[in-house]
Amino acid sequence: MSALLPLAQLEIRSRRGGTCESEDGFCPDWIADNLDRYVSPLLEHVVLTVASVGIGFAIAFALALLAHRREWVSAPVGALTSVLFTIPSVAAFLLLVPLTGLGVLTAIIALVAYTQVFLFRNIVNGLSNVAEETKDAARGMGLTDRQVLWRVELPLAVPEILAGVRIATVTTVNLATLAFFAGAGGLGAQIYTDITFRSNVVVAGGLAILLAAAFDLMVLGGQRLATPWRRATAA
Amino acid sequence: MGQSRDLHIFDDAAGRAYPREVTAPQTSPNSEAVRPRPQAATLEFRSATKRYPGQEDAAVDGLSLTVPAGEICVLVGPSGCGKTTAMRMVNRMIEITEGDILLDDRSVRDRAPAELRREIGYAIQQIGLFPHLTVAANVAVVPRLLGWDRDRIEARVRELLELVSLEEGTAERYPAQLSGGQRQRVGVARALAADPPLMLMDEPFGAIDPINRERLQNEFLRLQAEIRKTVVFVTHDIDEAIKMGDRIAVLRAGGRLAQYASPAELLMYPADEFVEDFVGADRALKRLALQRVRDIDLWSAATVRSGEPVDEARRKIAEADIDMPVLVDDHGRPQGWLSERGFAGERVRPELRSRAEPLVELDDVLRDALADLIESEVHYSPVVDSGGRLAGVLSLEVISQTLHVPPERARTGPQLVDPAPGEDDAVSAEVEPA
Ligand SMILES: Nc1ncnc2c1ncn2[C@@H]1O[C@H](COP(=O)(O)OP(=O)(O)O)[C@@H](O)[C@H]1O
Ligand SMILES: [Mg+2]
Repeated sequence: MSALLPLAQLEIRSRRGGTCESEDGFCPDWIADNLDRYVSPLLEHVVLTVASVGIGFAIAFALALLAHRREWVSAPVGALTSVLFTIPSVAAFLLLVPLTGLGVLTAIIALVAYTQVFLFRNIVNGLSNVAEETKDAARGMGLTDRQVLWRVELPLAVPEILAGVRIATVTTVNLATLAFFAGAGGLGAQIYTDITFRSNVVVAGGLAILLAAAFDLMVLGGQRLATPWRRATAA
Repeated sequence: MGQSRDLHIFDDAAGRAYPREVTAPQTSPNSEAVRPRPQAATLEFRSATKRYPGQEDAAVDGLSLTVPAGEICVLVGPSGCGKTTAMRMVNRMIEITEGDILLDDRSVRDRAPAELRREIGYAIQQIGLFPHLTVAANVAVVPRLLGWDRDRIEARVRELLELVSLEEGTAERYPAQLSGGQRQRVGVARALAADPPLMLMDEPFGAIDPINRERLQNEFLRLQAEIRKTVVFVTHDIDEAIKMGDRIAVLRAGGRLAQYASPAELLMYPADEFVEDFVGADRALKRLALQRVRDIDLWSAATVRSGEPVDEARRKIAEADIDMPVLVDDHGRPQGWLSERGFAGERVRPELRSRAEPLVELDDVLRDALADLIESEVHYSPVVDSGGRLAGVLSLEVISQTLHVPPERARTGPQLVDPAPGEDDAVSAEVEPA
């Protein structure tokens, strides 16, 4: 088992005595010289997050539409997403490896599973929170069920759906720092290459935080653009 | 002439006189040519029945009635009596259990629901505007579904917003930025968007404060005079029913039709005790809101000019219904009630007992005229035509005669439903001794 764990400490710094690096400190000079080490872990992290949230959204969306049409689907699927979320993440990555092998695919499968609790719930709630009279008016005017869904219910559910996407994205950025257990790299792998070196931990960890914040702002911006009507208040 | 009278009726905020006669489509070929005949459908309920699953009693039970094209039919009755259910069966928002509903002689059951609904305007109390669409986009929903091109939709939206008195800037606002009254206007505009031959309106003004409700009611009546749609209008408010309806269908619990009649007929000849109770103890007074001064027989009074020979004046007084002469000016406009002192010489002198107040107009609603009399603490007052000339005299006595319903005609007015069993007995008991 331990052979699977990429925990071996690599030499990413000089151990020569008397330097900032050798004392595990926070070393701006070292950071400036070594920033390029972080580019590919950061990109791996972005790919993991975008792919997981994207695939997770497609699955949750399909399940939510099914639950919207068939009421009875909602409760069991909702319960399943909660159960999935309670599995400790390290365990999930490790348990999947024998089935799907080491690599990005395994990490994405686990991350997708974790997004479901936020995405499925929020899409279902967003759709069912649309006011009854709005749907009644839509049907009464001659919109078909499909038109009601795409032209009325989904647009009105956008704020709640995107709120789910925001939580799912931030959570995925966070969980993806453990994806190296499945051999998928990312910023977590970079942290663990030298977990005792403060400069390394601060930069890799800081990038993960910045990445989460950047995704969050992007989705928030998208939501504002997509829902101008929400800012329209009584004049 | 017919047209100017129409306009006058609907400009009046107080109500509406004999709406059926006044708004009946003009048959003169002239007015047809001026105004293209608006699109309106005939609606017929044929023993339409709705039983909700798991409920013993029907929500609507064998409802049969016909709404002629271009008329407003009000469904009225206590809460839960099946008005909404009856209305929603028309556009198949609720499926008919038994019986049928025909739109222009075609069963709604033979139509695809979505397609049918696009031909029927739909406005509900909660309005149900789409919060994520601007006012213009809300109004454009059905035209878009019907595939109209952009220019046509844009022109139609502008036309409709003007029709429902919404100012230009409203079009790009969102529903959250509108007042309740404005939202309701948008709801009506949206329902009218594709020029449907039939409108369904479920308590459309129910959630509006009384002042705005009255304004919206008057606006809708004015609009209806122009567009002449067939309208099914649901309300639980008998006053609103009387005001809005060309015909009123009173429903009782279980969706059974108690009476289907014009407002005046309903108030004069309620079919049974239920209807009598429902229209209220003040139904005689309510009738006053349905009649105008010009509709009743006024008293005549002698019109006397200053300087006229006294002999001639006395002869006119003898011929008039009342012996109180009215002094008029050269244009026939009443100045006041002449005093006996004015007849002292050879010629009439302008000696007034009292001024001509209040001045009632022929187009005044009787209810308002009566209020004027009471307010001025007088028993009678001069009535003038639109030119201000004396047209007669209105008195409390004339009004009370108007309210008197000939007893032999009571209960024999056209009844559109079978009398209730209890009622049958009452009638035969009356008939037998005679
Ligand atoms: N969807 C429904 N399912 C079962 N019963 C209903 C439903 N809608 C209305 N009803 C019942 O049918 C009756 C008539 O309701 P409704 O048509 O809404 O009355 P109204 O509009 O006159 O107040 C009521 O007793 C109501 O409880
Ligand atoms: Mg109702």
